Amino acid sequence: MMPSKDALAKSVFLCCAIASAAIILAILGFMVALGIPLFRESTFSAIWFGPWAPHRGAYGIWAMICGTFWIALLATIICLPLSLGMSFVIASLGGRRIRKLLGALVQFMTGIPTVIYGFVGIFLLVPLIRQGLGGPGMSVLTASIMLAILISPTMILFFTDSLLAVNTAYVQAAKALGANRVQRLLYVMVPRALGGMASGFILALGRALGDTLIALMLAGNAIRAPQGFLEPARTLTAHIALVKAADFDSMEFRSIFACGITLYLFTVLATIAVRMMARERVAVS
Amino acid sequence: MLTYGFRIGMLLVISLLVSNPCLGGALDVFDGQKGTVKIAGGTAHIPVMKEAAKRIMTRNKDIVITVAGGGSGVGIKQVGEGLVDIGNSGRQAKPEEVEKYGLKMFKWAVDGVGVVVNPANPIKSLTKDQLKHIYAGEIDNWSTIGGTDHAITIYTRDEASGTRAVFWGKALDKGEIVTSALFVPSNGAMKTAVANDPYAIGYVSVGHMDETVAPVALDGVTPTLETVKSGQYPIARGLYSNTKGDPTGLTKLFIDYLLTPEGQQIAAENGFIPVK
Repeated sequence: MMPSKDALAKSVFLCCAIASAAIILAILGFMVALGIPLFRESTFSAIWFGPWAPHRGAYGIWAMICGTFWIALLATIICLPLSLGMSFVIASLGGRRIRKLLGALVQFMTGIPTVIYGFVGIFLLVPLIRQGLGGPGMSVLTASIMLAILISPTMILFFTDSLLAVNTAYVQAAKALGANRVQRLLYVMVPRALGGMASGFILALGRALGDTLIALMLAGNAIRAPQGFLEPARTLTAHIALVKAADFDSMEFRSIFACGITLYLFTVLATIAVRMMARERVAVS
Repeated sequence: MLTYGFRIGMLLVISLLVSNPCLGGALDVFDGQKGTVKIAGGTAHIPVMKEAAKRIMTRNKDIVITVAGGGSGVGIKQVGEGLVDIGNSGRQAKPEEVEKYGLKMFKWAVDGVGVVVNPANPIKSLTKDQLKHIYAGEIDNWSTIGGTDHAITIYTRDEASGTRAVFWGKALDKGEIVTSALFVPSNGAMKTAVANDPYAIGYVSVGHMDETVAPVALDGVTPTLETVKSGQYPIARGLYSNTKGDPTGLTKLFIDYLLTPEGQQIAAENGFIPVK
């Protein structure tokens, strides 16, 4: 007997699913395998917590881990209030025309290439920060501001969608009790939408962690853990971009894989966090 | 009997051939050739590569030459892996690289690496010791050496840069570079950074210098084409085009062309010192 079409389709799709899952695992295996010579040469703690001084045989990426955290965190902190306000207006507070206009604007922002933000940053923001706040201009703050703008559409779209997904029956009930727009938003919609909003926040944070170009162009790429917002910093991604040109066999090049593994772990953690929040949300509603 | 007109014509043809020997001659070898040459690597080399490629491709439409950057490390790596036909580097390939890939190096020009500051900076001269102290982070304010009272912003290049390798070896004598130094990924990015930052100090290939940045004299010698050529300005390096094994076909013709008088003239027009 011939297998049915359904069974055939099922096995084809199963193969696709297995293949894509295998690729993700293979990437991790590949990074670990290629990074092994580095871990053999020095210890885990020297790599994660040591300084970066290739001519002295030190290949620590601690400064880059710090740089990544500072820039990504500050970017999401700057981005959060902006996105909250924007999504409140789009989801509830604004007039119909303003809501439509802002919605279209946010959609449009998702399509702007990163390098455009980078160039605007170099020619406008860097001199502004240098003259206004001091420091070399290329700094954690500069990169974070530009990165905040870059990731804001992700946050705004997630926030708006989860606010609009709140069951209208609740909103109507609150309205019947005499709650005004702001009260309906703050006491009914936001608490119900929190789970989805948290997912949006974490996804935006993930995007900030993974972005390369903004930090490479605007953060200055110094190999020292930043001591303040006006100091330059290097992110893990920018470090990979700068070091990838070294000799294949050199330890500098191997350190790329340590960076890759670290970023991979960050992403895995962020994904797990999103999953847990989504589950919690289902449990609540 | 040859007619008068025919003789005049012959004379014209001969005189044309004789009077225009080098310009037409160097490109003659490309006639009838067909194929692609892929070039990548050193960012200092790019203007010369592009001009040579343009002339060859204008002469013969069947030849395609692509020129990419990436830095000296990328050039050596990509040619060694067989990804490109010619890998450029602003430093000699290391012995282990030569051995591993079977590289052949062709040096076609000499280039200086000069210290630059923003044109608005009054400091236009430094001693080598001052420079070393600045890059080591021991002098961190322009006022210490007679400039305005503002912190010095130090710019440097990534580890794969040939320009950095030469600067670090010959100007800093392999001294420390302070960890707060800012990193930029190419000669072009260095120029943009220094041109936009009034308190910057950086270094670029002499061939890349223009009015947007100001050269700084080192121990009294300003980095210019003349001082590099005469050897007075010591921070200089060869510009190399590398191939995996002996070059053949179009790749060989291209490298030979760089070493013809015409190719050498292109190098000179772009601010480098010809080797022939």
